Amino acid sequence: MTFREAIRKALADSMARDKNVVLFGEDVGVYGGCFKVTEGLINSFPQQVIDTPVSEEGFTGMAVGAAMMGMRPVVEIMYADFFTLVFDPIVNHAAKTHFMSGGQFCCPIVVRLPEGSGTGHGAQHTQSPEALFMNEPGIKMVAPSNPSDAYNLLVSAIKDNNPVLFFEHKLLYGTEGEIEEESVPIGKAKILREGTDLTIYSYSHATLTALETADLLAKEGVNACVVDLRTLKPLDRDLIHKTARATGKVVMIQDPSPAGSVGSEVISTISTDRETFAKLKAQPVLIGGKQSHTPFSKELEKNTIPNAQQCLSTIKEKLL
Amino acid sequence: MDKSLYVDALRLMLDSRFFEEKTEELFKQGLIHGTTHLANGQEASQAGLCMAIKDGDWIVPTHRCHGFTICRGSSPFAMFSEMFGSVHGLAKGLGGSMHMPDRDNWNLGSSAVVGSGVPLATGIAYSMKRSGSNNLSVAIFGDGASSRGSVHESMNLASIWKLPILFFCENNKYGMSASSDKMVSVPNVSDRACAYRMIGKTVDGNDVTAVYDAVIEACEHIRSGKGPYLLEVMTYRTKGHSKSDRRLYRTAEEEAFWLKKDPIEHLKRLIIKEGVLDQNQIDKLTAERRQFIEDQAALALEKAGDRLTTEEALALVYAKEAL
Repeated sequence: MTFREAIRKALADSMARDKNVVLFGEDVGVYGGCFKVTEGLINSFPQQVIDTPVSEEGFTGMAVGAAMMGMRPVVEIMYADFFTLVFDPIVNHAAKTHFMSGGQFCCPIVVRLPEGSGTGHGAQHTQSPEALFMNEPGIKMVAPSNPSDAYNLLVSAIKDNNPVLFFEHKLLYGTEGEIEEESVPIGKAKILREGTDLTIYSYSHATLTALETADLLAKEGVNACVVDLRTLKPLDRDLIHKTARATGKVVMIQDPSPAGSVGSEVISTISTDRETFAKLKAQPVLIGGKQSHTPFSKELEKNTIPNAQQCLSTIKEKLL
Repeated sequence: MDKSLYVDALRLMLDSRFFEEKTEELFKQGLIHGTTHLANGQEASQAGLCMAIKDGDWIVPTHRCHGFTICRGSSPFAMFSEMFGSVHGLAKGLGGSMHMPDRDNWNLGSSAVVGSGVPLATGIAYSMKRSGSNNLSVAIFGDGASSRGSVHESMNLASIWKLPILFFCENNKYGMSASSDKMVSVPNVSDRACAYRMIGKTVDGNDVTAVYDAVIEACEHIRSGKGPYLLEVMTYRTKGHSKSDRRLYRTAEEEAFWLKKDPIEHLKRLIIKEGVLDQNQIDKLTAERRQFIEDQAALALEKAGDRLTTEEALALVYAKEAL
């Protein structure tokens, strides 16, 4: 099953289980969504798949109000770049509702955000904005890298009583994998590959780069452990510490640029902990994309994010 | 409005007025910190609306929310407690003057982002429509918020989906210092209703009977499934925008003109004219309501030291349970 189909299945299963689960978004109905994620859902769930006008702030704010009344809306923002239009309903309202009402209301909303470069869509259709929310209390963030996690984590996100931002990298939609239906709680990272020489952390699309880098390292006789963060907020700090202490060498690989990012938070987690810091044999390494807007030109676009070969060179230079 | 309701209306309006007067006094005494937005002069709008809607109808007020909160049924003790930051407050002291949600009284609480409560109210209406309820949602906003994109988007959404929502524009002439005469493109905010295929109406917001009757009419329309309605009530805040406002943007003559149109005095005159109460009875009721608010404030002040611990507050950042 593809990543795209896994998300569709999670939506279908959730809507079948609970009629309060309603999908709102532009062209999510007959059109099937801009990336065909919701294709066919309107036939099975005509009352739960709602096409909206181009009014991101309006329909997201509406979904926040509906969530406060007990509905479980899933909002598809066509491109994650358009999150700029829903900052107010999500950050000022959904995130703060439970706190600011003294616990009277919660806001179980999921915002699905197709993100990432590599599609030739230019600088306003290719951003990965997750770093913007790392410092926002009241929000959870999930960014799976494979179909199974995409399925299980979307099911968990919809059941969660807090607002969850669900990042779907566009280059992952066509990737294949077996789905193991199991309960994957938000906040748990996963070791994708065991290794004793160094630990690589990553999430979403960059996890593919991390696994490829581990393959290249293996050819050189280096055994890398690969950890998929899966949830960006709250981070699984326990597993981060455990896996960092085990190898003493840590590398973070991500597509967005390093400044104030998920990766810088992972490195900060590792290097500010007395026990983990004491186990480090070398400085932590953070490999991220360029601090740049995404260029349209194909080769230039490719060069804004790290590839496995570059990661290998950096790791060899700094850690081996 | 039937004259049998006049005394109820007067009681709510007096409570709202005395609440604001006491709040101002407590701020001046330094007993409350932060800021507050007083609604003196807007009591007819608050009472008229809240008396005309039913149990189960939700309101989403503006940041100038005290009067609406009182008129919807919240306890002034819990409201004063909120402003003292105590655990007895509606939001356990985490909200303050601008955030007084009260689930038990169908009040979602205000957004302190002008105009952002309107899409939330639209979402309440959406959930009501889905559940087949006969209740409605009221999006309360001011002339200032009427320029927000979120308000226009909400009106379009409510119209295409025929949502049970009353857009209640409390036009008090100024968005902070900005006069609606200069900032709104049409003579009345209600003129914009036709752009969203709604009925739009403007009434005297200082006459509680006019507000009440107009809300009843609007609610009948909404409850019959005909979709949203835009009602604008024209009023005036006799105090400044917030406690730091020196009111340099308006004239003393204008303020005096509106003080003569005080909604409480207007209702008292009507009550006497209609023979519902005499002057002595009105004076007695007025003194009784003032004392009630005084007592509620005193009790809240007495318990103002009961506060959440930082740990208890932090535990409320996230909701715990999942399905």
